[in-house]
Amino acid sequence: MTTPATRRRVEEALLPPLVALLVALVVGDILIILVGQSPSAVFSLMLSGTWGNWYGFGQVLYKATTLICTGLAVSFALRAGLFNIGAEGQLAAGGFAAAVMGLVLPAGTPGLLAVPICILAALAAGGVVGAIPGVMKARFGAHEVIVTIMLNFIVLALLNWIVASHLHVPETLHTPDMRAGTVARLMDWVPAFHGSAVNASLFIALAAAGVMGWMLFRTRAGYELRAVGLQPDAAEYGGVKVGTIWMKAFLISGALAGLGGINYVLGYKYYYEEGFAAGSGFLGIAVALVGRNHPLGVVIAAFLFATLSQGGLAIHALVPKQMVEVLQGVVILAVAAAVPEVRRLVLGARSGAPT
Amino acid sequence: MSEIAAFIAQTIRIAIPYLFAASGGVVAERAGVVSLTLEGFMLTGAFAATLGSYYSGSPWIGVLCGIGGGLVFGVIHAVASIRYRADQIVTGIAINLLAVGLTRFFLLMAFDSSSNSPRVPGFGVTGDAASLTGALLRNPLVWLGLLAIPAAAWLVHYTPFGLRVRAVGEHPAAAETLGVPVRRVRYLAVALSGILAGLGGVYLALDQHQFTDSMTAGRGFIALAAIIFGRWEPVRAGLACLLFAAAETLQIQLQGMQGIPSQFVQMIPYVLTIVAVGGFVARSTPPAALGKVSE
Repeated sequence: MTTPATRRRVEEALLPPLVALLVALVVGDILIILVGQSPSAVFSLMLSGTWGNWYGFGQVLYKATTLICTGLAVSFALRAGLFNIGAEGQLAAGGFAAAVMGLVLPAGTPGLLAVPICILAALAAGGVVGAIPGVMKARFGAHEVIVTIMLNFIVLALLNWIVASHLHVPETLHTPDMRAGTVARLMDWVPAFHGSAVNASLFIALAAAGVMGWMLFRTRAGYELRAVGLQPDAAEYGGVKVGTIWMKAFLISGALAGLGGINYVLGYKYYYEEGFAAGSGFLGIAVALVGRNHPLGVVIAAFLFATLSQGGLAIHALVPKQMVEVLQGVVILAVAAAVPEVRRLVLGARSGAPT
Repeated sequence: MSEIAAFIAQTIRIAIPYLFAASGGVVAERAGVVSLTLEGFMLTGAFAATLGSYYSGSPWIGVLCGIGGGLVFGVIHAVASIRYRADQIVTGIAINLLAVGLTRFFLLMAFDSSSNSPRVPGFGVTGDAASLTGALLRNPLVWLGLLAIPAAAWLVHYTPFGLRVRAVGEHPAAAETLGVPVRRVRYLAVALSGILAGLGGVYLALDQHQFTDSMTAGRGFIALAAIIFGRWEPVRAGLACLLFAAAETLQIQLQGMQGIPSQFVQMIPYVLTIVAVGGFVARSTPPAALGKVSE
């Protein structure tokens, strides 16, 4: 199966993230040496603090859950040729809606009913926020990047107002505890995970990745969506309603980001708290980029970024954890720069080689 | 009367960082390079200015360092998006993350704090509300900030470089054919945007006499909103900056009175921008080659 064509495709997909990781490693080394520590000691501590023990591994799984959702959200929109920078706001809206639904439901509502209702609330809230830029683009030609950036600020300010002036527990910035709709922590089943926040939302996120892969690559709707992403004019000519696809793609993208909110709300804290998204929406862009917009790639990339962010806490005794934020930025910058370069090299190699 | 003076003074004080960032950002956008990076440029400028002012004791050295900080980040962005043809939206987000991460890292390294730097020398005296106008008049960065927009307008419309910037942003292929060095023009435009946004950060840090973590707090995005709301026209972008700043001032001065919640005032720039790009007020046409890489 290793025809030159598939090999090129694999190279094109894998080389940029690998180059980026290498660059990040070098930058990391420089920062570590600046602090006066040994890079090998720091990186091995990062590994043992994340994948080396159950608690660390559980935290990686927990952090990956949200990132899978936001990464899928960004990827899904990108497959339709749309840039969703609004995952941060959509994620917050999803978490908020889930928390409010859990408050509204009467105490004692069976989980089998309450959990799906809360999940639907998260999907719907994220979807509504996501649909706005889709409609704005399809109907009025407004650029989705501008609309999603501006919407992030608007949504966060709106949620801030609702929570601060109507719905918070005194002396805090979070809503009251949910009465129904919480999901189980993994430590309830695997005691070794004790203390870590990983919960059943992980499986929902993984299922979402599976569904998205099936939809994108096995259904007519997915085919049309990818066609619009590759060549909107050609797709339009081929009978696809591009504007409708844009709106649907943004709706689903927003819903996926909103789904990420259940990880924190239903699985960990059982309330909505100001600022819980904490950059996961923006990291979703990085996850989508490194995962090359493929659901499987997104899951792997989410684990990578979750490892980095948990690893930052593990190494904090030796090196400031802020190093990890620098590395995340470096990875994104390097992947973005490497993608066109690799494509050019790989395509150049093709035109040169007599296949 | 003094209330009006206080209102104007406060508006200008809030507007200066926007004016700096928007004046550079509008040039970069007119050259076809997306200015999502303004936030990161400002933050780096603010931090570099704090370092320079702290270690030298002179705010002027701080200004130079801040310019350098913004410039370095501008060059990184330019190299990634022009030399390597990276997606400018992605590099913009990366630059902003990088700025937050690096300033936090070196804040800890230099001052052993995760929240703020010690007090650093700035221009004039601030903090006393009564003398706000006086402090503003004595701050050279205020004058520079007020001049930045007219300067950008003159640069874009009345200089050969500005003509090239517009050509490169509208139709790079045609410009290339006419012998315009497309890449060099874009490099210069982005570098200028880094320097000016960096100065916006310098003003912030020196005005508050310290660097605090993530102190730009979205100001770079407000400047971007002003550029878009001003339909990529320097003077209109400058007026948008003043409008947004006036709304914030109004909110501060009305605080304590029963009225509109502060969160709704914060939303004004963003809502207006969405309205503007929706074409509800007037047709909004970005530079044709904005965000596109040329071969």
